[in-house]
Amino acid sequence: MINVEINGKGHDVEEGGTILEVINEIGISVPTLCHMKELTPTGACRLCVVEVEGISGLVPSCSYPVSDGMKIKTHSGRVIQARKTIVELLLSNHPDDCLYCERSHSCDLNDLAREYGITEKSYPGKERGYPLDVSSLGLIRDPDKCILCGKCVRVCEEVQSVSALEFIGRGSNTIVGCTFNEGLNVSSCISCGQCILVCPTGALREQSHIPQVVDALSNPKKHVVIQHAPSISVTIAEEFGMKAGTDVAGKMTTALRMMGFKRVFDSSFSADLTIIEEGSELVQRIKTGGKLPMFTSCSPGWVKFVEQTYPEYVENLSTCKSPQQMLGAIIKSYYAEKNNINPEDIYSVAIMPCTAKKFEAGRPEMVEKDGTPDIDAVLTTRELAQLIKSYSIKLPELDPEEADLPFGTRSTAGKLFGVTGGVMEAAFRSAHYLVTGKETENLKLEPVRGLKEVKKANVKIGDLELGIAVVSGLGNARQLLEEIKAGRDDIHFIEVMTCPGGCINGGGQPIRADKETIRARMNALYNIDSTGHLRKSHENGAVKELYEEFLGEPLGELSHELLHTHYKKRDVLL
Amino acid sequence: MPALFEKSEKVTEVLNKYQKVGREQLIPILQEVQNEEGYLSKGAVVQIGRHLNLPTSKIYGVATFYNQFRFKPFGKYHIMICRGTACHVKGSQPVLEILEESLAIKAGDTTKDGVFSIEVVACIGACGLAPVVSVNGEFYGNVDQQKINKIIRRYRSEESV
Repeated sequence: MINVEINGKGHDVEEGGTILEVINEIGISVPTLCHMKELTPTGACRLCVVEVEGISGLVPSCSYPVSDGMKIKTHSGRVIQARKTIVELLLSNHPDDCLYCERSHSCDLNDLAREYGITEKSYPGKERGYPLDVSSLGLIRDPDKCILCGKCVRVCEEVQSVSALEFIGRGSNTIVGCTFNEGLNVSSCISCGQCILVCPTGALREQSHIPQVVDALSNPKKHVVIQHAPSISVTIAEEFGMKAGTDVAGKMTTALRMMGFKRVFDSSFSADLTIIEEGSELVQRIKTGGKLPMFTSCSPGWVKFVEQTYPEYVENLSTCKSPQQMLGAIIKSYYAEKNNINPEDIYSVAIMPCTAKKFEAGRPEMVEKDGTPDIDAVLTTRELAQLIKSYSIKLPELDPEEADLPFGTRSTAGKLFGVTGGVMEAAFRSAHYLVTGKETENLKLEPVRGLKEVKKANVKIGDLELGIAVVSGLGNARQLLEEIKAGRDDIHFIEVMTCPGGCINGGGQPIRADKETIRARMNALYNIDSTGHLRKSHENGAVKELYEEFLGEPLGELSHELLHTHYKKRDVLL
Repeated sequence: MPALFEKSEKVTEVLNKYQKVGREQLIPILQEVQNEEGYLSKGAVVQIGRHLNLPTSKIYGVATFYNQFRFKPFGKYHIMICRGTACHVKGSQPVLEILEESLAIKAGDTTKDGVFSIEVVACIGACGLAPVVSVNGEFYGNVDQQKINKIIRRYRSEESV
């Protein structure tokens, strides 16, 4: 322990931390734009500067180690003036189009300008006029709004190990961009959108599909159906000022019907379907000596990562399409046929926690032979909230309604797909039945629960002993793949979710979620599961009916045509 | 190596000299590759990235930090314009502006037809002749707006012959 004086008061604090950690620990906060807990401090924005006795300049607290006897002032007049000037300088070449900026309600720079009472452009700077990068199916980059905090660069490198973004150039000409200053579409970007979540301004955002959806809704010829991913119902409430982790599945269904969606389906239904197909595929691979370990393929960012970075493991990816794409394919085949609707008249929308799902929906593999795409548009949680607001619907006040049959029926296992470990847990419940013909007593697979980003366990299903691993965050996935490359062979099945913590922390989720919010979202899903009656995917009656009436057998001919696909090596600028 | 790019033998030769090294050797490698090929091609950067196990974005980030690296080959006529203090005082800025305007490229770039390239240098060491421009090593002193147009015209006509 060392003793430091902070704002005139002595404190005993741990040695080895930074000044910022120490002052946060005792409950004092200072503004930051570039700081990210657990990632490398860079001292880029300098907003966290403090005064330290004996040091002539101001010190960036995020990257300065605390030492014994230090006398620190966190909010002296000099410090506050310096912070104000920094914000003014950041604003000097920042576009003044806040009225039209998607992030105006959640912009850190905007908040700081207000906090420091900045009401005019103190230092008129030259507008940069960089072009928008709209080349990606998932994201848009707007370098004019970038303040060079480098959070996106660090999250892309240190969390996802993708490194699609980097500082280019030097001095006042520096921008954050992709390799060779080209578009995101030819870069190693996997469209996960983690950069959007950390961006303090509107420099990174999703490719909006709202206009297309609104067009479809107002076209009387279109039969517009919608599916929502497992995590949406426990996160969208936040956008309407409700407590994190509130489940609003019913209210959301009501809102969607009010807006004119003809049918409201639940992707958790097709998560159940995925479990049947993927579980059967795993059993088949084990029995017939297929490629192992098998990787889940629900997370499109991860799939692209394997295609470009580890093409030698493409065959280890499950051939199952993701729940979004499975339901999309079923809607335009089985559902269309049963309801006597021309598939071309169906407009199929998916609400996803994810920006990579927009990329996935646009993949050529996800278009059927006759040219109809499985999914026509993908909205993120944020976009849906905005769309609901544009219809002047007060979501919190609505009476809940039930989703439509048959694809509104879901098990709570399907719902667990929204959190890291959930696919594994759902698979375990059903694999037990698929392998032994008996139900498992123990539904909760404790070792794969929680937000830990790497979880490994051995499970016994009848006589079968399986090594399983659950990872989230692609940096962790890369490490595991390197272990496997080096000869590790005790793992048979690996669940990978691209975003740390899984879809509840996806790139399309409400912005500014802290750890506690993510935890609340996770607990909401666990709660739905523990209080549900239908808790196993293979007991979902609607899934059974789908097999009886239409698909036949899991892994059957029709399944292969509609629900499975093949991935292959992808050339990008790695 | 993505099929997008062919491996270059020259780059392979350079890389062979740097076995079992990490990113600390990146700049020497970039310099040597540029010496060999005249510039850093995409293919070369991808190849270096594979060799050092570095994403190309990181290499591009480092290379764009330094003025010495270029990503396009020099033009047939490489124009160096001095922007040192003496040349600046004697009016090299408007000369550069005319140069950029009439060739329709920015300093550091090469024209699409590969005929001209412009490079800004800090001092050529001929301050008495300021402002100074050199084309493929041939020096022109006291360059003003008329003179630079004349110089460009001369090389253009040589090219069309």
